Amino acid sequence: MADPLDDYIAAAAAALSLPLDPAWQDAVKANLAVTLKHAATVAEFPLPDEAEPAPVFTA
Amino acid sequence: MAQDFTWQSAGAIAQAVQSGQASALAVTESALTRIAALNPKLNAFTAVTAARARAKARALDAGGKTTLPLAGVPFAVKNLFDIEGLPTLAGSKINRARPFAAQDSPLIARLEAAGAVLVGALNMGEYAYDFTGENLHDGPSRNPHDLTCMTGGSSGGSGGAVAGGLVPLALGSDTNGSIRVPSSLCGIFGLKPTYGRLSRAHSFPFVASLDHLGPFARNARDLALAYDLMQGPDPDDPACAQRGVEPALPLIDRGLDGLRIAVAGGYFRKGAFPEALDALDRVAQAANARDTVDIPEAHRARAAAYVITATEGAALHLDRLRKQAADFDPAVRDRLIAGAMVPAPLVMKAQIFRRWYRERVLQLFERYDAIIAPATPCTAPKIGQQTFMLDGVEMPVRPNLGLYTQPISFIGLPVVAVPVPLTPLPIAVQVIAAPWREDVALRIAHALEQMGVAAAPRPNL
Repeated sequence: MADPLDDYIAAAAAALSLPLDPAWQDAVKANLAVTLKHAATVAEFPLPDEAEPAPVFTA
Repeated sequence: MAQDFTWQSAGAIAQAVQSGQASALAVTESALTRIAALNPKLNAFTAVTAARARAKARALDAGGKTTLPLAGVPFAVKNLFDIEGLPTLAGSKINRARPFAAQDSPLIARLEAAGAVLVGALNMGEYAYDFTGENLHDGPSRNPHDLTCMTGGSSGGSGGAVAGGLVPLALGSDTNGSIRVPSSLCGIFGLKPTYGRLSRAHSFPFVASLDHLGPFARNARDLALAYDLMQGPDPDDPACAQRGVEPALPLIDRGLDGLRIAVAGGYFRKGAFPEALDALDRVAQAANARDTVDIPEAHRARAAAYVITATEGAALHLDRLRKQAADFDPAVRDRLIAGAMVPAPLVMKAQIFRRWYRERVLQLFERYDAIIAPATPCTAPKIGQQTFMLDGVEMPVRPNLGLYTQPISFIGLPVVAVPVPLTPLPIAVQVIAAPWREDVALRIAHALEQMGVAAAPRPNL
């Protein structure tokens, strides 16, 4: 069965105009899987709607 | 016979020049000779600025400038600092085609204004996305304590040059641990100041919201000396704080009296090899640090730093990834391409978490002046080693050497990496202070040195 992450990488590469050599696919996928896992670790932490991001723009 | 300055401190060299015992030129020649002899082994330097260094030294000697605080002190910088007349490589092949830098980084200019003499540019992991000190294009930086071992990175040449006695002082950058990791694996002192303390203008960036610059030395006093001379606002770096110079050197001898020091537990002990815990225990005992504190959600902080690094790094390099992807180190390229594909909401979540985490950690500094934690999970791995066992699980070395540094720089806290001279290889402990309290971390580092617990061991080269 096709891995949806492969389809996502192909679509994202096209959307970003990133040429992707097929030989790089496995390493990019492994790195993306790790990064998304870390992102999920952060995203699952409950924070209130009012929580502000760290960088604050000053006019 | 020429004087040997190999293992002298920056402060002692400056004193020798100030007192007329040595000329700035003699010190410079000594450093250049040692670099020529040892760099083929250590691969720390990617450029030696010999003509510039000799000209600077002669000018110091001739111009009566030998009373300056760093008179005649040789230093070198990671090759992501702009050096006038050289391309700023940032460890890459791609940047070799860049126009030569039109001016020096302000940190170089500030050190040279104080009498220091730049002798060259130092090897580093490509675009600073690295904890090993290996470089595909220039070859690996080699650890002076064991040439078959990593220096740690990404400021690998900075670690090797200072630990090998090629220079008493070097500069590097630290986004997630790139000063503290090589300090640990090479057994030297490194200061990652508070985010925004030292100007990053005219250096090649990596992750704007996490990048710091700072010094390496073989003792805490030299770190403080150089750090004090580099402080001060700079309109050319929008993140550089509008703070006056807050000197740390005059406070460094105050000892540990009155300081409340705790040990980081939980996350910061998980995965640590016995040598990391041994070094931590020695420092904790000497510092009378009896309390263990839990830095809340440190694993999530590390995860958030990982996400921000991958995505901001990808944004920086997006155009190069489109046009010159084959010219990157594949290990860097594939991480950056993956970073480009992370959905934006997940990055914003990481930046929101960052503020929450900052507030929680700052609460700990209401009770403690400093927190100590391991700098790396282990001593230097072998060059080329891909994996190690962390808490019983085989994990890749490259991203995980920064396991303990990443949650700290994530919120910009100042840290001194303090080396403990274990055998066969040294390892460092992080002394972490509240924002803008570099003086506290440096004072503790110096006290540990005075107590004989911390020291930069001299390698057999």
